[in-house]
Amino acid sequence: MKNTVILGALTIAGLSAGAAAAGTLDDVKARGKLNCGVTTGLVGFAAPNASGEWEGFDVALCRAVAAAVLGDATAVEFVPTTGKTRFTALASGEIDVLARNTTWTFSRDVDLKFEFTGVNYYDGQGFMVPKELGVSSAKELDGATVCIQTGTTTELNLADFFRSNNISYEPVPIETNAEAQQQYLAGACDVYTTDASGLAATRATFEAPDEHALLPEIISKEPLGPLVRHGDHEWGDVVRWTLNALISAEELGVTSANLAEMAAGTNNPEINRLLGTEGTLGEMLGLSADWAKNAIAAGGNYGEVFANNIGEATPIGLARGLNAQWTKGGLLYSPPFR
Amino acid sequence: MSHGDLSFMSTLTDPPKEQFRLSMLVNDTRYRSLTFQAIAALVLALAIWYLGNNLIQNLRAAGLNISYDFLGDRSGYDINQRLIEYDSQSSHASAALVGILNTLLVAVLACITATIFGVIAGVLRLSNNWLVSKLMAVYVEIFRNIPVLIWIIIIFTIMTAVMPGARAYLGENPERELVFGLFAFTNRGIYAPAPVWNDGSMIVVAVFFVSIFAMFAYRRYATKLLYDTGKLLPMGWPSLAILILPTVIIFFLLGQPIGLDAPDPLANRFNLRGGIQIGAPLIALWFALSIYTGAFIAENVRAGIQAVSSGQTEAAAALGLRPGRIMNLVVLPQALRVIIPPLISNFLNITKNSSLAIAVGYADITATLGGITLNQTGRAIECVLLLMLFYLTASLLISMGMNLYNASVKLKER
Ligand SMILES: N[C@@H](CCC(=O)N[C@@H](CS)C(=O)NCC(=O)O)C(=O)O
Repeated sequence: MKNTVILGALTIAGLSAGAAAAGTLDDVKARGKLNCGVTTGLVGFAAPNASGEWEGFDVALCRAVAAAVLGDATAVEFVPTTGKTRFTALASGEIDVLARNTTWTFSRDVDLKFEFTGVNYYDGQGFMVPKELGVSSAKELDGATVCIQTGTTTELNLADFFRSNNISYEPVPIETNAEAQQQYLAGACDVYTTDASGLAATRATFEAPDEHALLPEIISKEPLGPLVRHGDHEWGDVVRWTLNALISAEELGVTSANLAEMAAGTNNPEINRLLGTEGTLGEMLGLSADWAKNAIAAGGNYGEVFANNIGEATPIGLARGLNAQWTKGGLLYSPPFR
Repeated sequence: MSHGDLSFMSTLTDPPKEQFRLSMLVNDTRYRSLTFQAIAALVLALAIWYLGNNLIQNLRAAGLNISYDFLGDRSGYDINQRLIEYDSQSSHASAALVGILNTLLVAVLACITATIFGVIAGVLRLSNNWLVSKLMAVYVEIFRNIPVLIWIIIIFTIMTAVMPGARAYLGENPERELVFGLFAFTNRGIYAPAPVWNDGSMIVVAVFFVSIFAMFAYRRYATKLLYDTGKLLPMGWPSLAILILPTVIIFFLLGQPIGLDAPDPLANRFNLRGGIQIGAPLIALWFALSIYTGAFIAENVRAGIQAVSSGQTEAAAALGLRPGRIMNLVVLPQALRVIIPPLISNFLNITKNSSLAIAVGYADITATLGGITLNQTGRAIECVLLLMLFYLTASLLISMGMNLYNASVKLKER
């Protein structure tokens, strides 16, 4: 009996440890490595490649942050998290930043006490079905068995969508994308639903991708972005402005090809401030003057990162759509570097 | 006895009064253990206070406070396997209740089947037939030496990969016909007909219960007659007849008030509709828990049987009892005393291991309250405390029940 009490108390103490850790920036510098939470594997967003190196759209953000802070884009420890474990991993301090297709919602921001540092992909929830079913709209899915990842906004949107359309479904809760894919392909569920980008990425890995269709309905807003613990504003600023640097770089025409040339100085003062040849923006963040240059050098500007990992030239083939610069009809709009 | 007498007596019998010294707390064996227990209790109390205080302070610093208000909020998620009315409009508390019932369902089912597997395998392992006993030994060793989580996943994966999809049964010209027109075996689970209770069905049910009662009464009477007069009445077929005939007669007399609602392959283009669906996660979890724990129970049963001295078997054989009777009437009742205590811990293990449900998406309490609710509300400490409370209570109740049963079968010392 006494032992049980002690163990219980230790568990609770363990749960409470690590809460309210400030000074992440100093921790990362001291450690020489950034701990970045990513998916367990979603090709195009975050997945290890054939040689075991992590690659993808979210991974590129982790690398950019590592490059900005440590000057080394490879100084990242990738921590795979599931929809369920990701928030505990961040809250407990196991990871410094979470970049895992995570939707910015009120309750995650306010109630779970996280800080979203921006949006790196504007998305929405979609449905994928085998074409042989002949379904052309999500409203025809009455009675279907639906695979969903637990611990996501997806399962809540799904319940709301079916309820408001007065149709029924059988949820099959699943832990990771890989399992969902296996269940879906085995026919244990008729439909797979998650963020439309995730569906496209998953479909791209199928043996016969064109046997599966994405339905036209997008049933939710899913602004995906990196997040950090609430209350550590210095660290939040570093992640926020690293993302903004990648977006601004695209807007300002700074690419990995012309980066070295531009970093020598240009006659555009904003580019100069961004790349650290003018002003002290890096110092204000507690970083070196060439922080943004390093971040861009890691994988190119936002447009390059997009095109290389999930863009139309890749098997995933996503169009820029909402994720184009505001000047091109999209929603990407970085505040000025001033 | 008057007061004077008492004081007189005590002065006579008391040893000479000894002065109590502080050093005796450590040196005197009468006090030493008390001293150390008091110190241990104090240290423990301080440790708990320190940890608790640390927890509260850290929570406050992080702006979190322990509150169970979220239990009343709308849960917002659906659950596929539910024994009570529940949808996404229900509260987190009802989601937890759905989970509790699912945990209990799979635990009870698995306890029953594990016991059956265990008893059969345990008895057969002692069989004189070399092949049978070796097969049982292989079963026991394979199943208890591979973690139950692996078994759950293996069984589930095999089910989803090997069984046909539900769609194979659908449509006008399905790939597969319903078995007997009533059952479908798919990788989403087993679809079976559900009983439909029409007017008068309750009478049939009532007759059935009375028949059960009557059957036991008859068996009692027959046994008593045998012991009292030595007259042997047939047992087997009359029992069966009493059990079944009246119910069947009433059923037809009332015009078949209980119908069957078979799964319908035409109602929906994705799934069979109607009937009862026993989901693949439940089947995988149930089967894995039973077969895994059954291997442990088999060993207990074997130990229990071997603990009954062989003289008992030989004596029974000398009296002319058949081997089946020897096992049922002589050996097993005595072996039960050895088997039941470890059986309790096996039942507790089943209940706790059922929390692995999450691996196959079965909606037990760990998956609803400790999974989705915890995740969507972020109330980790609250949910984990509730989970601990639930498993503790369930385990204590199971041990209590089994201990009562144990008390009733153990050797009555008169
Ligand atoms: N955006 C949603 C869903 C996120 C999600 O779970 N996405 C899936 C598919 S797009 C994923 O990243 N899976 C990878 C994995 O299983 O690790 C949320 O934040 O709740």
